[in-house]
Amino acid sequence: MPAEHFDAIVVGAGPSGNAAAYTMGKAGLNVLQIDRGEYPGSKNVQGAILYADALERIIPDFRETAPLERHVVEQRFWMLSEKSHTGTHHRSDTFNEEKPNRYTILRAQFDKWFSKQVREAGVTLITETTVTELVKNEAGKVIGVLTDREGGPVYADVVVLAEGVNGLVGQRSGLRSEIKPQHVALAVKETHFLPEETVRERFNLADEDEGVVIEVLGSVSSGMVGTGFLYTNKESISIGVGCLVADFAREKIPPYELLDRFKNHPSVKPLLKGAEMKEYVAHLIPEGGYDAIPQLTGDGWLIVGDAGQFVNAVHREGSNLAMTSGRLAGESLIALKAQGLPATNDNLKLYRDALEDSVVIKDLKKYRKIPGLLEKNRQLFTTYPALLNRSMNAFLRVDGRDKRSKETEILKGLKKARGNWLNVAFDMLKVARAWR
Amino acid sequence: MAQAPQNPASSRAAMQMQLAEKFKSYKHVWVFVEIERGKVHPVSWELMGEGRKLADDLGVDLCGVVLGPRDEGTKQAIKEAYHYGADVCYICEDPLLADYRNEPYTRAMTDLVNKYQPEILLLGATPLGRDLAGSVATTLQTGLTADSTELKIADDKSLAATRPTFGGTLLCTIHTLNHRPQMATVRPRVMAMPEPDTSRSGRMVWHSLRMKEDDIVTKVLEFVSDAQVEKANLAYADIVVAGGMGLQQPQNLALVQRLAAVLGAEWGVSRPLVQKGWAPAERQIGQTGNTIRPKLYIAAGISGAIQHRVGVEGADLIIAINTDPEAKIFEFAHLGVVADALTVLPALTDAFARRLSARAMAS
Amino acid sequence: MSEKLNEPDFPAAEAIDAPEEPVETRKGLNIVVCIKQVPDSAQIRVHPVTNTIMRQGVPTIINPYDLFALEEAMRLRDDYGGTVTVLTMGPPMAEDALRRALGLGADKAVLITDRRFAGSDTLATSFALTSALTKLAEEAPIDIVFTGKQTIDGDTAQVGPGIARRMGLNQLTYVSAIDSLETEAATITVRRRSEGGVQVLQSKLPCLITMLEDTNHLRRGTLQDMLRAARAPLTVWSADDAGIEDPMKCGLRGSPTVVKRVFAPQPRAEKAEMVAVEGKTPAQIGDAILDVLFAKSPKLEADVSAKITA
Repeated sequence: MPAEHFDAIVVGAGPSGNAAAYTMGKAGLNVLQIDRGEYPGSKNVQGAILYADALERIIPDFRETAPLERHVVEQRFWMLSEKSHTGTHHRSDTFNEEKPNRYTILRAQFDKWFSKQVREAGVTLITETTVTELVKNEAGKVIGVLTDREGGPVYADVVVLAEGVNGLVGQRSGLRSEIKPQHVALAVKETHFLPEETVRERFNLADEDEGVVIEVLGSVSSGMVGTGFLYTNKESISIGVGCLVADFAREKIPPYELLDRFKNHPSVKPLLKGAEMKEYVAHLIPEGGYDAIPQLTGDGWLIVGDAGQFVNAVHREGSNLAMTSGRLAGESLIALKAQGLPATNDNLKLYRDALEDSVVIKDLKKYRKIPGLLEKNRQLFTTYPALLNRSMNAFLRVDGRDKRSKETEILKGLKKARGNWLNVAFDMLKVARAWR
Repeated sequence: MAQAPQNPASSRAAMQMQLAEKFKSYKHVWVFVEIERGKVHPVSWELMGEGRKLADDLGVDLCGVVLGPRDEGTKQAIKEAYHYGADVCYICEDPLLADYRNEPYTRAMTDLVNKYQPEILLLGATPLGRDLAGSVATTLQTGLTADSTELKIADDKSLAATRPTFGGTLLCTIHTLNHRPQMATVRPRVMAMPEPDTSRSGRMVWHSLRMKEDDIVTKVLEFVSDAQVEKANLAYADIVVAGGMGLQQPQNLALVQRLAAVLGAEWGVSRPLVQKGWAPAERQIGQTGNTIRPKLYIAAGISGAIQHRVGVEGADLIIAINTDPEAKIFEFAHLGVVADALTVLPALTDAFARRLSARAMAS
Repeated sequence: MSEKLNEPDFPAAEAIDAPEEPVETRKGLNIVVCIKQVPDSAQIRVHPVTNTIMRQGVPTIINPYDLFALEEAMRLRDDYGGTVTVLTMGPPMAEDALRRALGLGADKAVLITDRRFAGSDTLATSFALTSALTKLAEEAPIDIVFTGKQTIDGDTAQVGPGIARRMGLNQLTYVSAIDSLETEAATITVRRRSEGGVQVLQSKLPCLITMLEDTNHLRRGTLQDMLRAARAPLTVWSADDAGIEDPMKCGLRGSPTVVKRVFAPQPRAEKAEMVAVEGKTPAQIGDAILDVLFAKSPKLEADVSAKITA
């Protein structure tokens, strides 16, 4: 049998790979997608929130068939200390729109659905197959891949690396370096099952389609750079916590223990009462931001999704950036193919430009300084949340002391915690500047 | 899709028709007496004990079906069938029945059923029983509930057979509505062994096979007995020690084996360990592995899913060791220890060894 | 139900095993492997309140026992030539299981799917599969039907024998090895696990074999197998396509058994007696357990020591 030749090979069946494969398959390109999981997406892990906009640009009518859990009508933000939380709520009936903007999803089902759309778009998918190496010609251009199965290489005009955060194929092929521990977070998550009615009652939801998201900062990360989250699905709650790998290594706190503490926090425990834990997963999230982005294209290859560090850690966005980068890669390759141009590094400028011009790179650039800032200013995860909770507590407690004394005490506490007022002011300034 | 329940039957109540006229004459409870190489499988007597209760509930006879060659083994089986509770034996003795083969056994059984019309037919869920039950039920076009864990006569006098479902996460009760006989198989050791009453005897009904060797396609060339091979005999062990996922590492199975050795016990594992390849399938305890009825069962690091529970519930005394105080196993164990199996197993091994040697010295 | 008492009305065996061409000119073996897509039982959840099954997100797999049957079928094909067809009954998504089987090296795949199959018990399942097998046999006579020992969700081990009976195939269950196969004489010699030993059986094709676990090692398909599997058109038959004329024999209506109740077992009335371990050394815990144990069941102490001295 002569060796197969495809227009493109997509390595990976996560959101970015699926977006790229779907876009090209839909346009009639002959695409092979290879995933190492037992079934497509079986290695995929996410919180998970689906941002509708990114998917809508790929599959406009996705709401009709995609397995969505609840659309988000309320966002809570908690500053956590040992025994308390202080936070904000934003709940709005305007989120109950015809085409809601954010959904909670269970990735196992969602990925199954997405993969089905990809295959129906004409993409050839093979699973349980690991791409071991990129095949290059004498000129160094990537012309195909080798897998861990017998039967030789399989060739293509271009290889789309949608292989996730570790980027192993890219590493093995010398296209990129190993990811640094301070650029990657380890997130652990559990899914706890509860009857639908219980989820609804516990979170004050009108029906089985409405959902709540809680984002958590403070003692949840035990002094490390990280956050926690809790999402409501139809019949379950996803709860997780993630911190920088470098911090985990330094603090020697096992991730599951961190999650255990979070689950047993007095503000969280009642929300999970009576639930049955059914799934525990861990996942690496690239959080190095703009400065950690590797080389994205070369002769015959390009990178999409987590492999390109396309994650906005501040807003907890990743899957949408993955899908967007996948779509842009697909569209660029379709355009090259239409013009009869090869996928050389020069021609792939089309993709690089499209990324620069998109939300992917724009947002990553905006928060360029955040990763460094957080790493160097741990008080943002420790001192302030603790202080805030202490202050609220003191302020609300009616104990015969006058309010003015209490206010003074609170302000003194703040000053004491950061040494002097200048430091407090600096902290504010630093955050503001990084945010800008 | 076998017996995967949809919604329980309320919506189907309308389907519950009157039993067809032709089945109304079907009466009595039958138990297949499984003889292989001259020996009766103990499950047959366990079924006889259970069949006795069903027959008494219905006010009908309990009958044994004895198929085999004309030899001492068959003769002995007939005698014992009465000891274990049969009122009547239907007997087919023929050299063609010397070794188990599907064709002559199916023929003998279906002919007997069609002629004598039992309402209930029970078989052991052994390799032989399952091979035969499927053929007989299909030939008779009747309902069969495999691997039942509980048999009861319902208010409408039909057989209610309960079995685990969905991989042993739930139980379901199955009825055969409009067909007779109602067939069920039961795994060895699920039912208790009754005390034999050697004074009992009963009526014999003889039946002839009417088959020639030439009618039978499949020939037995040889029987390789595995008497020489060291095999686990979990089902009939007096003491069983088993480990589950709480052992964490395959090498920690040694802790289970060591305790078993001190106690002269058999050792086993829960299903996940077999699925992980830590232990062979013959060591599996639970619905899909071995059902056990020991005097003492020690479960270390086993969470106690239903499929495990139904396999061990017959034990006289269950000790469960698990770090999770909420583990399901504490719902059916008699003694619970909330601790790490990896520390408790060696401690228990020592304690038993000390206690028992002290006792031996004293006596 | 036919007029006569419990009289089976299966397709006559001759209709299936009468080859249209002489055996010698046949090109290898025509083997069909019946497989089932099952939920990965380790991940099934029960709703804590309503006790119903929560199917959401439970991954499905090929019934693990069926893989030994598939491998054995492919081994015979490799040795004697011919084709291996995988057949399954299930919902449309059972297609995944068939594609996986093709990726492992099966040649053809057939899915029978129909709302009317829902709620089938073992008898109705063997009826539907037999109809499809009979239909397949119209193209070329079937030599061997393989199934796994049992499924991991139903655990009944009854569908294989049901098929054999309906099709008039020689029934060889719990086979641990196929010793020899003479295609010209259509004889087969197998080892069958039975109580306390192994029967060496000689039988004739066509036959039905249910394969025992751990009897072979499942191969890994090549990249070409995987590509072929991903693109292969599947044969999808409805009940009508499979030649089923009497829908009363399918699904719920064709099932003599009905599930009247699904429930979770109740905890024992008597709670487990907990042995206090707080603050104790392992050795103290060991002794504490024995104290409670022997206090609870004094007879056990005697039994245990009798067992050890014996």
